[in-house]
Amino acid sequence: MGFPPEILLEAALNGLLTGAVYGLVALGLTLVYGVLHIINFAHGALLTAAMYAAYVARTAFGLDPYVAALPLAGLFFLLGYAVQRLVIGPASRGRDENILLVTLGLSIIIENTMLALFRSDTRSIDLPYAMEVVAFGPTLLSWPRLVGFGATILVALLLFLLMSATATGKAIRAVAKERTGAALVGIDVAHIYAVTFGIGTACLAIAAALLLPSFYVSPRVGNAFVLVAFTIVVLGGMGSVIGALLGGLIIGVVESLSGLYLGDSLGQIGIFLIFILVLLVRPTGLFGARA
Amino acid sequence: MAKFEIGRRGAMLATAGVLAAPGLARAQVPAVRLGILQPVTGALSQDGEYGRLGAELAINEINAGGGIRALGGARIEMVFGDARSNPEGGVAEVEKMQAEGVVAVVGGFASPICLAASQAAARYDLPYVVDVGVSDQIVSRGLANTFRFGPGFGVVTTTALDNLVALNDAAGKPARTVVIVHEDGLFGSGMARLLNAELPKRGFEVLETIAHPTPARDMNNVALRIRSLRPDLVIPSSYYAEFVLLSRTMQQQRIRPKGIYCVLNGAASNFRFVREFPEAANLVMDCNHWADPRKPKTQELRRQVEAQNRFWLYNIPLNYSAVMLVADALERAGRADRAALIQALAATDGAFTRHIMPYGPTRFVNGQNQAAVPVNTQVQNGDIKVIFPREFADAQPVFPVTG
Repeated sequence: MGFPPEILLEAALNGLLTGAVYGLVALGLTLVYGVLHIINFAHGALLTAAMYAAYVARTAFGLDPYVAALPLAGLFFLLGYAVQRLVIGPASRGRDENILLVTLGLSIIIENTMLALFRSDTRSIDLPYAMEVVAFGPTLLSWPRLVGFGATILVALLLFLLMSATATGKAIRAVAKERTGAALVGIDVAHIYAVTFGIGTACLAIAAALLLPSFYVSPRVGNAFVLVAFTIVVLGGMGSVIGALLGGLIIGVVESLSGLYLGDSLGQIGIFLIFILVLLVRPTGLFGARA
Repeated sequence: MAKFEIGRRGAMLATAGVLAAPGLARAQVPAVRLGILQPVTGALSQDGEYGRLGAELAINEINAGGGIRALGGARIEMVFGDARSNPEGGVAEVEKMQAEGVVAVVGGFASPICLAASQAAARYDLPYVVDVGVSDQIVSRGLANTFRFGPGFGVVTTTALDNLVALNDAAGKPARTVVIVHEDGLFGSGMARLLNAELPKRGFEVLETIAHPTPARDMNNVALRIRSLRPDLVIPSSYYAEFVLLSRTMQQQRIRPKGIYCVLNGAASNFRFVREFPEAANLVMDCNHWADPRKPKTQELRRQVEAQNRFWLYNIPLNYSAVMLVADALERAGRADRAALIQALAATDGAFTRHIMPYGPTRFVNGQNQAAVPVNTQVQNGDIKVIFPREFADAQPVFPVTG
């Protein structure tokens, strides 16, 4: 089954653009893992909540999702900070398996709250630019995806600056490397944990705003992305920011091409084959530190 | 003795009251409880809401017109159940309706819900009238309680293919190659199999059959494959959200086949789609359920529905007609008894005229109305026009699509 080169090119580019937003979702997950050493099962539910927030910002206040992205990021940073500081931190009592259950419980509560508030209908918003395309050589690229790609790169750069050039960034890295040592030199570990969780949640809010123009929202929509995000985190290396981004791009292209060749019903096979292969051949992922 | 006299006076007063107010007398006839089953939450909630609306319109009309005459003017009381978009939900609601003593159940919408719910009703010899559910399995299980007034899968596909050939021949055979796009569930896959077997016999070449899941995240790959194959015709069988996504993506990718010809599509003859995405919807054809535009009642109901700011969807006339069918059978049965009602339903004939579907004289064989047929529609300039059958078409088909 041969496809003309321009079709293959377009599928690959589509995958690259979609993969960037996958990477952004994975970024939050990998950051929280890298610093707090916990797997956040509420990640998908928080993404769903963020998508509903962007939906409400549009339908109730008439805010364009791209405009709403910044205030939503701030709002979700505070939300993430509070959740870690007031719920996950105290409830964990220092035990990782508690955290697993707490985040799982949180995801159930968030999902069902959304179900109660918005019912199980699939909702989408219609924006004038949602179907705009940009001609790129022989291919037509969707405008919302291009914006998503650009915004993701921007967010990644900002995050990189934050981590390398600010005192908070240094503190986050210190806590990630050596929690006890960081505490001994006067870093407030509980605060840094909450800040990290807040940053991860803010990434989700931006991803949600980037997804909404071309995607729908329903109470379980986050799960579709989070499964992919877990694969990306494993591929890129648990805790690696660059790994999450690159992993996202790779997974996006793999998904798009296997969807093209195998059909969309079977397309996800490619992603999970990679998941298994990475675990078998290189369990630390592309950029993961040796355990 | 004195007591007796007061009693008699009381009785006389009561009689006088009844004579003075016939409405009061009717209120004393026990109401007939009718189960209306629709998925009003979950993935199919839009269809379910419109199905309920159709049933409500019929029930209100019957009650306003004096109820069921053969039962002394008994009113119809709706017992509503939410099938929650899955077969288990449908079965649970039938059990509840049975406990509440309904005389029949109408609805179900999706084939899997209709299959399970009618089987549950069969255990209680409870008449079940399917509103939409097109799977032909529904009426081929030998269940005496199950009736379908509308057409099934087989009849719809045959009609769709015949009309496609007629359409193509009339235009000088511009279309030869076809790509089939279908959702990968019971409905879409069955349709794709049937089309794959039938299209080559009628001179069409199927270039490829593309499946997609429901819900689908994106239709770019489907659109890309269509673009690389350059078919004359695209035949999609999908539910609402996926077809909207596909047609919009095709529009975005500037894919313009000579025709988009849908069979039982969830969106192509849906006014919501036409209003919200007029450009993507324009000139899409569909072979589907449709009310008879010649009947004055159709126009009256449509005006009523649109006055409520709701869309005119085929779920409304189908459910309206199914409830009218039950009312008609109750009149003929003369009692609100399930066995009598099943007999009366099975014996329905051309004298049943209160429905608004474009069907000939009703005749049930194994629960299937033999006169049920689909209609071909085409979206033309923001409206949905009938293009086949020619007897009551209100527009000429625009085919092939150029430009």
